[in-house]
Amino acid sequence: MTSPELTLPAAGTPRRRGLLARAMANRVFLYGAVLLGLIFLMAVFAPWIAPYDPLKQDMLHRTVSPFWLKGADWAHPLGTDGLGRDYLSRIIHGARISLLIGIFTVICSGIIGTVMGVLAGYFGGKVDLVINFLIMTRLTLPVIMVALAVVAIFGGSLIVVVLVLGLLLWDRFAVVMRSAVMQIRNQEYIQAAQSMGYSTPKLLFKELLPNIFDRLAVIATFEMAHAILLEASLSFLGLGVQPPTPSWGLMVAEGRQYLLFDSWLILIPGAAICVLVLAINMMGDGLRDALAPENRN
Amino acid sequence: MLRYLMQRIGLAALVCVAVSLLAFTLLNASGDVAIAVAGEEATAAQIDAIREDLGLNRPLPVRYVEWLGQAVQGDFGDSLFFRQPVAELIAHRLPNTLTLAVMSLAVMLALSVPLGVAAALWPNTLIDRAAMLVAVMGQAMPNFWFALILIVVFSLTLGIAPPSGSATLGHFVLPAIALGYYSTPPMMRLIRQGMIEAMSSDYIRTARAKGIPTWKIVFKHALRNAVIPVVSLSAVQFGNMLGGSVVIETVFGIQGLGFLAWESISRMDLPVVQAVLLIVAIFYVVMVLLADFINAWLDPRIRIQ
Repeated sequence: MTSPELTLPAAGTPRRRGLLARAMANRVFLYGAVLLGLIFLMAVFAPWIAPYDPLKQDMLHRTVSPFWLKGADWAHPLGTDGLGRDYLSRIIHGARISLLIGIFTVICSGIIGTVMGVLAGYFGGKVDLVINFLIMTRLTLPVIMVALAVVAIFGGSLIVVVLVLGLLLWDRFAVVMRSAVMQIRNQEYIQAAQSMGYSTPKLLFKELLPNIFDRLAVIATFEMAHAILLEASLSFLGLGVQPPTPSWGLMVAEGRQYLLFDSWLILIPGAAICVLVLAINMMGDGLRDALAPENRN
Repeated sequence: MLRYLMQRIGLAALVCVAVSLLAFTLLNASGDVAIAVAGEEATAAQIDAIREDLGLNRPLPVRYVEWLGQAVQGDFGDSLFFRQPVAELIAHRLPNTLTLAVMSLAVMLALSVPLGVAAALWPNTLIDRAAMLVAVMGQAMPNFWFALILIVVFSLTLGIAPPSGSATLGHFVLPAIALGYYSTPPMMRLIRQGMIEAMSSDYIRTARAKGIPTWKIVFKHALRNAVIPVVSLSAVQFGNMLGGSVVIETVFGIQGLGFLAWESISRMDLPVVQAVLLIVAIFYVVMVLLADFINAWLDPRIRIQ
């Protein structure tokens, strides 16, 4: 991600630095990006990093303690769960589920929300009225209840979870994009493009979108974190990703019956969710500050 | 003002109808309830009989209009599982959820107001950083996990709070902390931002020049202005808590609306799910309306517009 061309400004002419370069100069963003990068690599290379098959049960080695507790076994640094599955391997593979859900949900909801926001902001009038109504209706639907119901009806596969979250989490994209477009719609370069006879789609894609992309990136990070937390909640409630898939939320649910004596079984996967969401939110905070340093205080 | 009021109420009602339509279509167009009710070993004839009995063989629009007509009169039909009127079930469970939401709101305000004000008074100091850390953690922790940790620490280890149930107010303390902390970060940021803006405004400088003591400036002058958006966000958060209490109610076994929704969704008890969705939506819409009006009432600038 850190290409030297981006970080070094061209000599002589001061170049307007890109979003990524400005963000990289922000410490919070950088730490978040490094952390997320590590988790991403862990997810991509999970089958090679994980010491065991995350689904392989070993009834002779059940609820082995993690390394910081008594009775630990270094063959299983994070211990094993109630079915003797290696916890470290399950955590490593669980990163895949969370990241997949986060990335694809944001792509899905980002497209829906951006289209709606841009249409409402650019055309105004009746279009705006209708889209505003849709946004209000969406906000009124309790996300988690609707998502639970949909998963109950269509089954808890990854695709269903991504689709339902994607169809539910577009509201913030739409709200922010709408006001962003309203702000720049009447600026001179847009009017210039109009008078040059740009077709509406060309104008939207070539002139408008690049100028609101920064703000889109900020919402995308926060919504990705939101989606990951929601998937964890759904899986925890038993109406998300289904066993034996190693989803972190599901692992917390499975560890619940050992709450009293082996509480680390819920501690570890929960902490994993926490670290991932923290990394993404740090990137979002950093991006936001890089975009508008004047808003920091 | 009256026209604005009527417009908002009309729009809110329309949103509720849209939500009910969505919920109804979603729940009915997909799975076949009759099969779920009949169980796995039912014959085709039995399933048909159930379908007839529940009126499931009629067209969807007809059923929707009929359902809505009865819902408006407070009749949500009977629960397929409990075999009693849905309205009774909800009336029985709603107080628990409302108690939880009110207590969570109290926890949220008790955390976010002092932290937000302190962070704004001493920006970019250790105090500010600590407050930010509280916010950042609140946003990153899954609330069911935080709830379980509270149970482990305060119920199982220290034994000072009951782990589950909803018999006494004491049962609501841990759930309220879990749910309230979860909605603290946005509120804290809002208060911090509002206070920083207020403290750097001209009227505060004037107040300082007049020699008014600092505590009076902070609490009487600045906070009063910073608190306007807080009131409306609280109302919206309250609406959100009713819908979002599913997870917390399930963890703590609180017999509230969220737990009812979860149970009923798992059992495909559609009349209950439909009713709960509608009730939660109505609560949310009413809270948003209330927020608008409180805002207009508190802030003369909006009122005059």
